[in-house]
Amino acid sequence: MSIANSSGYLDSLLQGQPRPPASPLAWFNELRAEAVDRVGVLTVPTTRDEEWRFTDISPLTKLSFQPVRTAISLQAADIERFYLEEAATRLVFVDGVYAPQLSSPAKDGGVLVTNLSAAVTAHPAAIEPHLGRHAEFRNNLFAALNTAFLHDGALIAVPRNASVAAPVHLLFIATQKEAASYPRCLLVAESGSAVTVIEDYVALQEEAYFTNAVTEIALADNARVNHVRVQRDSGQAFHIANCAVSLAHASRYHSVSVTLGARISRYDLNVLQAAEGAECAIDGLALITDRQLADSHTCIDHAKPHGVSRQLHKCIVGGAAHAVFNGKIMVRPGAQRTDSSQSSRNLLLTGRARVDTKPQLEIFADDVKCAHGATVGQLEAEEVFYLRSRGLSDATARNLLTYAFGAEVIDRIPIASLKHRLAQTVLEQTTLQR
Amino acid sequence: MMNRDSKTLLEVRGLCASVNAIEILKGFDLTVKSGEVHALMGPNGSGKSTFAKVLAGHAAYEITGGTVVFEGRNLFELAPEERARAGVFLAFQYPIEIPGVANSQFLRLTYNTVQAQRGKDELDPLEFDDFVREKMKLLEMNPDFLDRSVNEGFSGGEKKRNEILQMALLEPRLAILDETDSGLDIDALRVVANGVNQLATKDNAIVLVTHYQRLLNYIVPDFVHVMEAGRIIKTGGKELALELETRGYDWVGAEHKAAARVTA
Repeated sequence: MSIANSSGYLDSLLQGQPRPPASPLAWFNELRAEAVDRVGVLTVPTTRDEEWRFTDISPLTKLSFQPVRTAISLQAADIERFYLEEAATRLVFVDGVYAPQLSSPAKDGGVLVTNLSAAVTAHPAAIEPHLGRHAEFRNNLFAALNTAFLHDGALIAVPRNASVAAPVHLLFIATQKEAASYPRCLLVAESGSAVTVIEDYVALQEEAYFTNAVTEIALADNARVNHVRVQRDSGQAFHIANCAVSLAHASRYHSVSVTLGARISRYDLNVLQAAEGAECAIDGLALITDRQLADSHTCIDHAKPHGVSRQLHKCIVGGAAHAVFNGKIMVRPGAQRTDSSQSSRNLLLTGRARVDTKPQLEIFADDVKCAHGATVGQLEAEEVFYLRSRGLSDATARNLLTYAFGAEVIDRIPIASLKHRLAQTVLEQTTLQR
Repeated sequence: MMNRDSKTLLEVRGLCASVNAIEILKGFDLTVKSGEVHALMGPNGSGKSTFAKVLAGHAAYEITGGTVVFEGRNLFELAPEERARAGVFLAFQYPIEIPGVANSQFLRLTYNTVQAQRGKDELDPLEFDDFVREKMKLLEMNPDFLDRSVNEGFSGGEKKRNEILQMALLEPRLAILDETDSGLDIDALRVVANGVNQLATKDNAIVLVTHYQRLLNYIVPDFVHVMEAGRIIKTGGKELALELETRGYDWVGAEHKAAARVTA
């Protein structure tokens, strides 16, 4: 794609589409205006860009997507199947628009779980220091687009030493063809607090739509956040998301990200260990088939000493699908005693399936422990034989092993009902592929 | 366990098998009847484990000659899973670890699959839990092993117990135990052997592949066979194993060669 086409596409996105209403807050409008400026300067990435080498998003630019102004009115019965029994609070967004009648925001003492556009005027002090400060948009086109269309989304603010027992469920439901949605989530965990959040993207129909999400997560000293992200979009959809996490002293962040849907998806997760003794575990599973493309780029930035990071990323690729993983581990000068390990494990189910995996270690400190490994393979013949020797058919044996490969990641989700449901999905999908 | 009503379970004649184009079994003969316990011994590389894997249907081994009849059926016409359902069981020398699959889930799936194929009732998770816990007592296994992934992080002895637990669940007609004693300390050996003995009936048969006499102190064989270069070269009773323990294998080979010269 030439730059002229690219800017034409971006112009049409920005000019030809309804823009969100102005906010009464100057800083909010300024943030959006700056993002609009950046969209004007940036171009649509192509496979000539190193960061997009394997991910050709030109099919996205050939379709026209429009933000949705008024949400389709859904009944609880339409979406109940996505509810999680453990979740006490739930925010529902339909094609990117907040649906208060389907949501149950937090009302009790201190913890805020609410939609962003309401919160931004009610609690600007909680939001202004963080919104747009963690997710870099000046050189990231899709984060800039999201910020340019910034209007609504989810706010979770957990006060000092508060521990939210029940998980918070953020449910993003796609219903319309050619809809563009720009969900924005901000999670602020004050010092010593603890919370579990599920970011869940689902579809009611098999349509082509475009989700461009940005999530920002800030952990203060000793805070603990469990972040589960499930992308089960329509197989026709485009899903591009950026998540930026900032870790203060001795805070702990654990994320499990599961990618099942979308024709083309891209997830960038950037975790910054901004103070000493921070810990993160970021795990991922992509289970794709047909002609799906799922690209996961992660970066763990060990900026300060005594940081710990653990990462397990797995891909199960069937059909003629293509999985991409780029896992960057950055250890900055002076980030001594960093302890990091990364593992990329990939299973190809067919001869046409493809995976590109790239561990990328950039280490500028000398007293560190950094382990990494990547494997790409098929099911082990010995394992299949073992199961068949116990009476299981060849197909059952292969399904069970494929399921087990994915279950290792699914098992790390700390919500029983979601874990069970996803395990079932993995089982069904692996069964379908044979 | 030998008895007059015993039936021939397994008839192996002139079996030849290769792996990676190298012939390992070179005219192997063996007859196993119900109620019998056979010990298959011999030096490393003589073909003991190959025989075990060939019977279970491992794809890496190519059958180049001979016949194997199991309860009147040509075993080579059956896929590995069909052999298992028909009643052939191999306890692996190196049981495979399957991270992500709970042992209870795996055991119930195999049990129910085989039960269904044999026209018997399947068990739901609760029923199976009671059933498998009873069987685990036989092997003095901690029920915690049900919740762990299949063989993952199990010690050598725990893996072998888990193999015999599967034998207890699947109730094979013919069980081949491939070096089930290797890696077991003396207490674990006693427990595993005791479990195997309780599973032995007049209707089934067991083939023990082993290097060591000590297993045979606990599971007393009716026949001891010595293998060399892909064939059985000597068969005796349980006392043969004791003799091998003191004298090694060389004399058996020498005796066999001398006998061959005489016949020639």
